[in-house]
Order: sequence, then C-alpha cells, then structure tokens
Amino acid sequence: MSVPLLEVEGLTVTFPTARGPVDVVRGISFSLGRERLGIVGESGSGKSMTGRSILRLIRPPGHVSAGRLVFDGIDLLALSERRMRALRGARISMVMQDPKFSLNPVMTVGEQIAEALLTHAKLPRRALKARVLSMLEAVRINDPERVAGLYPHEVSGGMGQRVMIAMMLIPEPDLLIADEPTSALDVSVQAQVLDIIDDLVTGKGMGLILISHDLNLVARYCDRILVMNGGEIVEECRASELHLARHPYTRGLLAAMPRMDEDRDVLPVLDRGAWTTGAGT
Amino acid sequence: MAFEPSTGVAAVRAGMLAGRAWGGAMSLLRFAIVVAGTFLGLLAITFFIGRVVPIDPVLSVVGDRATKEVYEAARQAMGLDRPLIVQFFSYVGDVLRGDLGRSVSTGRLVIDDLARVFPATLEMATTGIVIGVALGVPMGVVAATRQGSLVDQAIRVLGLLGYSVPAFWLGLVGLAVFYAGLGWVAGPGRVDIFYDGLLDPVTGLYLVDSLIAGEWDIFRNAVSHLVLPASILGFFSLAYIARMTRSFMLDQLGQEYVTTARVKGVPERRVVWRHAFYPIRIQLITVIGLSYASLLEGSVMIETVFSWPGIGNYLTTALLNADMNAVLGATLVIGAVFILINKISDVLYRILDPRARR
Amino acid sequence: MIAWLLDDSPTSRLQAGLGRAWRVWTALLRNPLAVVGGLIILVLVAMAVFAPLIAPQSPVGQDLANRLMPPSAAHWMGTDELGRDIYSRVVYGARITLLIVAMVAVIAAPVGLVVGAVSGYFGGWADRILMGITDIFLSMPKLILALAFVAALGPGIENAIIAIAITAWPVYARIARAETITFRDAEFIAAVRLQGASSVRVILRHVLPLCASSTIVRVTLDMAGIILTAAGLGFLGLGAQPPLPEWGAMISRGRNFILDQWWVATMPGFAIILVSLGFCFLGDGLRDVLDPKQGEKQ
Repeated sequence: MSVPLLEVEGLTVTFPTARGPVDVVRGISFSLGRERLGIVGESGSGKSMTGRSILRLIRPPGHVSAGRLVFDGIDLLALSERRMRALRGARISMVMQDPKFSLNPVMTVGEQIAEALLTHAKLPRRALKARVLSMLEAVRINDPERVAGLYPHEVSGGMGQRVMIAMMLIPEPDLLIADEPTSALDVSVQAQVLDIIDDLVTGKGMGLILISHDLNLVARYCDRILVMNGGEIVEECRASELHLARHPYTRGLLAAMPRMDEDRDVLPVLDRGAWTTGAGT
Repeated sequence: MAFEPSTGVAAVRAGMLAGRAWGGAMSLLRFAIVVAGTFLGLLAITFFIGRVVPIDPVLSVVGDRATKEVYEAARQAMGLDRPLIVQFFSYVGDVLRGDLGRSVSTGRLVIDDLARVFPATLEMATTGIVIGVALGVPMGVVAATRQGSLVDQAIRVLGLLGYSVPAFWLGLVGLAVFYAGLGWVAGPGRVDIFYDGLLDPVTGLYLVDSLIAGEWDIFRNAVSHLVLPASILGFFSLAYIARMTRSFMLDQLGQEYVTTARVKGVPERRVVWRHAFYPIRIQLITVIGLSYASLLEGSVMIETVFSWPGIGNYLTTALLNADMNAVLGATLVIGAVFILINKISDVLYRILDPRARR
Repeated sequence: MIAWLLDDSPTSRLQAGLGRAWRVWTALLRNPLAVVGGLIILVLVAMAVFAPLIAPQSPVGQDLANRLMPPSAAHWMGTDELGRDIYSRVVYGARITLLIVAMVAVIAAPVGLVVGAVSGYFGGWADRILMGITDIFLSMPKLILALAFVAALGPGIENAIIAIAITAWPVYARIARAETITFRDAEFIAAVRLQGASSVRVILRHVLPLCASSTIVRVTLDMAGIILTAAGLGFLGLGAQPPLPEWGAMISRGRNFILDQWWVATMPGFAIILVSLGFCFLGDGLRDVLDPKQGEKQ
C-alpha cells in the first residue's frame, strides 16, 4: 500500500442541540488504501456521519472539522463546493441504506442512472444508453432494457439496491462508501447484493468503506475493521484477527453473536460499564 | 434471483394496470357522486337562505302595503303554499334549467346578468393567480433552500401578512398610493370611460378582445386598469402558495433521494428543481387550484373597492338593494365554480401522481 | 412549587392539569413570536376592557369644527368626517372586534366539537350523514356564504356573528372527528363504558376534553380569518351599524376621503392587521407546543 487513497485525521462532526453542541464523531483518524474497510458500530455510534462527512454532505447546522481529510492527494476540506461536487459521484460515491427512500420516486431507474454519468461526462445519447444497460447487466439485472423504464416503486427492494449500486458505480469512482447497504433488505437477497458490490469493487481495484452494524457481515466482506462506539474508534484490526480483539466493547459484540454450535440459553447483553469511552452518549 | 423473476414483476404490473382502469372508473363515479351531492348541498343552503330565513318572503316581494288578496295571490304564484320539500325540488328544477329568477334592480334575468359580468371576474382572478404562482412558487422554493435565513424570515412574514391584511383595505391603500399618489396605474373600472363600450364582447375578457380587435390603446389601458387589483389578489394567493411550497420543499429536501442526487455530484440547482421540486408539482396543482377558487371569492371585496364590473360587484350591489334573486344567483354561481375547482384539483392530484395511482 | 407542578406522578386531576398548563406556558415563552402575539392580544383585551380610561375622547362625540384633521398630538390618528377622534374610535372598536371573535368561537367551536365527536364516536350512518353535511359546508366559499346569510337575516352585529359562526364550525367538526377516532377504541374509553357510563357522559367527560388542545390551536389560527370576514361585512355595511366604531365600517367611511385624508381609512386597517397578526403568531406558537404533528399543514 503505497500512497493511501484516503487519510482522515482528527475528524469531528458536531451538531448543536438545545443543551449545547454535541460531538457525534470525536476526532477519529484512519487511512484507507485500495482495500475494503469495514466500520462497525451500533446506531448512534457516528459511523454513518463518518461516511457522509468524507463526502462533505453533513447539512447545516451540522459542522465538520478535521486535522486532515485528504483523498488521493486532494485536501477535501480546502476544496470549493464546486470542485467538491465534481469529485462526488465521479471519484467518491455512496450506496445508501434503503432504496425505497434513496431512489427518486418520479424518475425512471434508467434516467437516474444516466444522470449519474451525465453529471460528470458529456456522452451522445446512444453511448449513454449502452453504458446504462451494460451497467445494469453488471449488477446482474436480467432484462436491463425493461428495468431501465421502470419507476422505483415498481421494483423490489433487492433490485432497487442493485439499481442504486449501478447508479453509484457507473462513473467508475475510486472509492465507494456503502452505508448499511443491506439492512433494509430481505435476508435472502442481502448476500447477493454484497457479492455484487464485492465483485465490482475488487474487479476495478477500488477502495470500499462498508458501514454496518453487523460484525459478522463486515468480517466476511472486508480486509480491515474499525469498531466505533460513542463517536470514537475503539478497535482497529484485520478482519482475520477479529477474534483477537481486546477492547471490551468489541468483545461484548462478539460474545453477543449467536453461533451454530453453541448451547447458550440466553445471549449476553452488552455490559456498558466495562468501558468508559462512550460516556456522555 | 429466485425471488424476483422478471415475469413476476411484469404480471404484477399488468395486474396493476387493469386494477387502475377499474379503480379509475370507480373513483370517477365516486367523484361524480361527491360533486353532485355537494351541489345539492349548495342548493339546499341557498334555498334555505332564500325561502326559510327571511321572516316573510312574500312581504319582501309585494311590500307591506299589499292587500290580502294580492298577498295571497303572490304567495300562491311563488308556490309558497306547497310543502317545503316540494318547493325545494321545484327550486332545484328551476336552477337546473338556468332559471335563477329576475333581478329586481336590473330588471333582467339573473342568469343573463351573471353571464355578462362573469368574464370580468374571470379575467381579474386569472391574472391574479398567474401573478401569485409566478412569484409564490419561486419564493417558497428559495425560502426552503435557505431555511432560517433572512430571506426565509421575510417570506414568512409576507405569508402571515397574507392572512392578516384585509383585501379591501389593501385595495384602498393601493389606489391611494399607485393611482392617486404615483400615477403609475389607472383607477377604478376596467377601462377609461373614454374607451367604454368600444369593444365587441367576443370573450368578455378585455385583454383578449382588444387583441382580437387589434386595439392596442384599449389593450394598454385595460392592462393599466387590471394590474393593481390583480396584483392585490395575486398577493393573497402568493402568500398561501409560497407558504405551502416552502413546507412541501422542506419535506422534500430532507428526503434521502435528494441526498442521493447530491452524492452523484448533481449541481445544486438541478438538485433543487429536478429532484426536490419536480415531485411536488402535482401537490402544487392542488394548492394552486384551491388558491384560484379562493381568489374568485376574494374578488368580491376587491371588485367592490375597484368598481370592477364583475360578479363580486354584482353581488354586493344586489346585497345593498336587498335583491335576493341576484344575491342567491351570484352565491350559487360562485359557490358552484368554487366547489368544482376545489374538487377537480383534488382528483387531479390522485390522477397525476405515479405513486398515488397504485 | 415548580417541582410540584412538574411531578411525574401527579396525585390529583388539578395537579396534572396545572402541571400541563405550566409546561405549555414555559414552552410558549421560549417562542418570541408567540410572546409578541400574546402581548398584542393582551393589549387588545386591555383596550376593550378599559376603553373609557384609555380613549381620550368619546367614540361618538362629534366636533364638526375639527373634522378631517390630520394626525397630531391632540388626535394621534386624526379625526374623521364628523370630527370624531379616530384613535378613540379604534380603542372602542376593540370591544366590537373582541365581541365578534369571542362569540363566533363560543358558538362555532362547541357545535363543531359535538358534531365531530358524535360522528367519530358512533361511526356508521351517523358519521356518514354528519360528515356529509360537514363536507358540504367545508367546500363552500365562506365569505360568500356569510354574505348571503347576512343578506337574508338583515345587517347588524348579531347577524354577522351568526353568519360567520355558520361558516366556521365545520373545521372543528373535522378535527374532533379525527381525534375521536384515534382513541375511540382505546382501553380507557372501554373501561369507562364498562363502569356503566352513558354515551353522553363518555363524550362529554372523556372524548371532548381530549380534543381540546387541537381545537384551541385551530380556533386561534382561525381568529385572523374571522376578524377579516367581520371587517369585510362591516366594510360592505352589513356588519355593525353606525355610529358603532367597527373597524371595517370605519374603513368604509374613510373610502370617500382616501385620496386626500388617507388617515381616516388607513388607521383602522392597521388595527385589523396588528390584531390578526397577533392571533397568527400566537396560533403558530400554540400549534408548535400543543400539536407538533400538525406541523406546517393547513
């Protein structure tokens, strides 16, 4: 891993509330090469905000600050909104959680995918259509021509999420952030969607940040894992060495996972007194 | 792949289309029944006002010095000796035949009077709604995209003023400032007296008629008379439309798919208009329809202030002359148009939205 | 004292009620516009109650030597065509405005509440008939309907109140019905019924109080519209009759002098706008506190 694709140092995200400002992400640092990084944590741990702040998509009154936020040698914090926009989609992209809400209900699937491409490149109509259809095929949609003409409410959740992936990968970005890409889907299609992401990401040599609350899933699809709790990174390890994790929070999460060969009657709950970092949340 | 075979989706879709056609016919029938019922309700109210509320409707026709024979004759001629329900149905029959009675003050049939004055109201209200939409929609969008900013606050106050300023007062102040003070616009009436009666009434809309006749002077003069009352009406619809647009847009801008568009790197202008605004245009049609209907009503006050010879002015003149046939006829016509626009904009929403069609 | 008010487990109905009132009150105080609105209405009420003390002159006393005087130290808002002090008339006019607004609320809100609660509580045919009537009234143009009623009843302040009330009640019926349906099948209603309470008792003691907060919000928001309609009727000569200092009628009289003596017509207009805005502000604030789910919707 020569030059890292993404370097994050001291990233903090703050939201004002009635009781004063609250840091939802507290000065976290990590870096990422062309690899698959998993960020795990429960809801409210700041993992989604981390993903969105890399794209600078935290809406006011939320506020992002960081010591360093560098993508491929570009200082994201110093970039004008206009240059940042040119980067979004084209070089950093994000698959969002629930296709029911994240696809525009009054635009056809094909239009939405084409828009992602057209925003960054001028293409003749015919070439555009060919690219959209081949991208739909790449996410294993059988009848791309027909699906391209459908509205989001006419496709299933699994297909919607594959459309989302197609839309986010069609400009061929270098980094894909997948924010809980399968938690809104039926269990039966979750693996399928993740396999598609995995194939495309490794095939194109991209970087991937997979954000999830599911430790198991992240361990299976990622090279490296960050465990977040209360806005801080509490554990960082290789996926293969997860069982060696030391932090009590991670151990707690691991212990709470059911195993095939076990005979426990009751799964243990997290003992939040075992670590102190999460204070104040 | 097993869980979503493409043929299955197609079958579901075909089923949806068939269901849509059947559902469409049913909802059309429902719509017709609702509208007919509401019209009947309107007729019942005007009937009630006309025949039941006055202490003695016969007296108001024959005067209190009539002899007993004259009184009785009038009473029978008016059909007031029959049971109320019979009277009501004969009233409904009369209205359906277009018989609204004769106006005491103009001496003409009320229906003819109304047909003559209606275009003036239509012209003013339509110009008003055009102004209201042209300004109100962009203002609502801007306010929503800059929520909490000074612009947003200003638009909010403007919106609240739309609920608190009496239309007739604004009309008077407008006349004093822009007509008498600054001389920017012409005064009351539709055209200067000099031009009155020069136009052949083709549509009854002076702007259109003067264009047809190629009379540029009259056109300019009519515009100059129309612009102030129409702008005041426009202000009231603007206040409502901007407020509703703002709240729809705020809702939209918080949607995930708007974030999706931003993730794609779509320019902010396109995010706002194509992704956030486009889906609400159908809701806005309903709002605009409601606003248009309320302008027809609001024109009563404005027409009185501006001596605008429309249906509102006709109504208030009739009120002051205790000309009940004319009052009820105008109430009926304004009510019917109001109900119709209301109901149509309500259904239009359901027909046009791809999501509501399911 | 405050601890007693905010107690999580109040020991009496009174304590619970006062505690709730206290929370609403403190939440309202945090909303500057609501405070402004409340102050405006407080001033309106004070003007109405203490009109003889506040107004420097009689609202009907004519002084033809001083007719149509522009605003000055002696006459803050000038004088009208009969030499009456406009400021004094505006102050006394607060009584009429307040009377109309209060009477309409007192007539229309209970009627609407009962219709809506009965409709929602019993459902079935009662619901269909009552809501059919309500919907018909709802889809009528309010101002025109009020005009037609006054035309038939004859001009005057009482008839104006009746006419406006007739057009105002359906909104409350809709609100009460929607609220009633949400808790019609709730356990506590079932419990009261099991104790043998009659339908009348259930509706009066248990259903209607629960509709109160959304109705209060709606009534406050409607006040501006009621004031404007009343002023409109006055302007057309159908509301309060001269020499009563009704604001709309005052504007109507000032109409003849609008070009040269602008103050005669404009001053009462400012009073109308200020009071209407006050009710709008307060209504918005109350809605945020009492009925947040209503949000921006109309």
